[in-house]
Amino acid sequence: MKKHWYDYLWIASLLYLLLGFFNILFAWLGLLCFFIPLLISVFGGTKGYCNRYCGRGQLFGLLGGRFGLSRRKDIPRWMKSKAFRYGFLIFFFVMFFLMLWNTYLVFAGAQDLKQAVTLLWTFQLPWHWAYHGTLFHPGVAQFAFGFYSVMLTSTLLGLVTMVLFKPRSWCVYCPMGTMTQLICKAKNGTNP
Amino acid sequence: MTLEKKRRKAVVDRSACVACGCCVKVCPLQAIQIVRGITAQVDTETCVGCGRCAKECPASVIEIREVEA
Repeated sequence: MKKHWYDYLWIASLLYLLLGFFNILFAWLGLLCFFIPLLISVFGGTKGYCNRYCGRGQLFGLLGGRFGLSRRKDIPRWMKSKAFRYGFLIFFFVMFFLMLWNTYLVFAGAQDLKQAVTLLWTFQLPWHWAYHGTLFHPGVAQFAFGFYSVMLTSTLLGLVTMVLFKPRSWCVYCPMGTMTQLICKAKNGTNP
Repeated sequence: MTLEKKRRKAVVDRSACVACGCCVKVCPLQAIQIVRGITAQVDTETCVGCGRCAKECPASVIEIREVEA
């Protein structure tokens, strides 16, 4: 099948994770992975982002597929249940708002900048080498650390389920995927 | 004697489909598509039941079934 430019977006996803290792401010670019799918679903009424442009999905597909880093077993039934998918979406939302709250506290001067990346919402990894000061408020960097934490955590979860189940198992419970599907259902009616 | 023709086709469990589009990418006949971001839909006229979509589907919600042609 003919390859398109968007079939190479996995490179962008990989680059994103690498850039955040050197300068955390690049984490802001991750907002694209939030807004583009939402805009496509709100205005286009499709999951065009998942279907075509998601670099992360492509990366999992490549690692689990071509590189064979996947057991290719069926995902457990509970992981594809609506309860888990919606529950994970809500959990993700709550953690995201908590991250925004921490950013706000730094902006407001009530809290100092924490130069750390939080993995799995629990483990603080030192990440000071990726911060070189900024022309902007430290709050800008706090958001970057927080956002990079979200991206790294979800990549890690995706990698684990890629190895355990099928390459793109992450797509089953990806909060963005669940959210854009809900938007499409609301926009188009539940029956296609 | 009547000849009964059976054909193998992909069948999607629509309520469990996450509409990720992994199946679309692997179908050699472009016989499956994502409809309005909600679910995958098989064009039963074109589908030959090769099973690549079923194998690829991360949620394993596609089945190959024998149907009357």
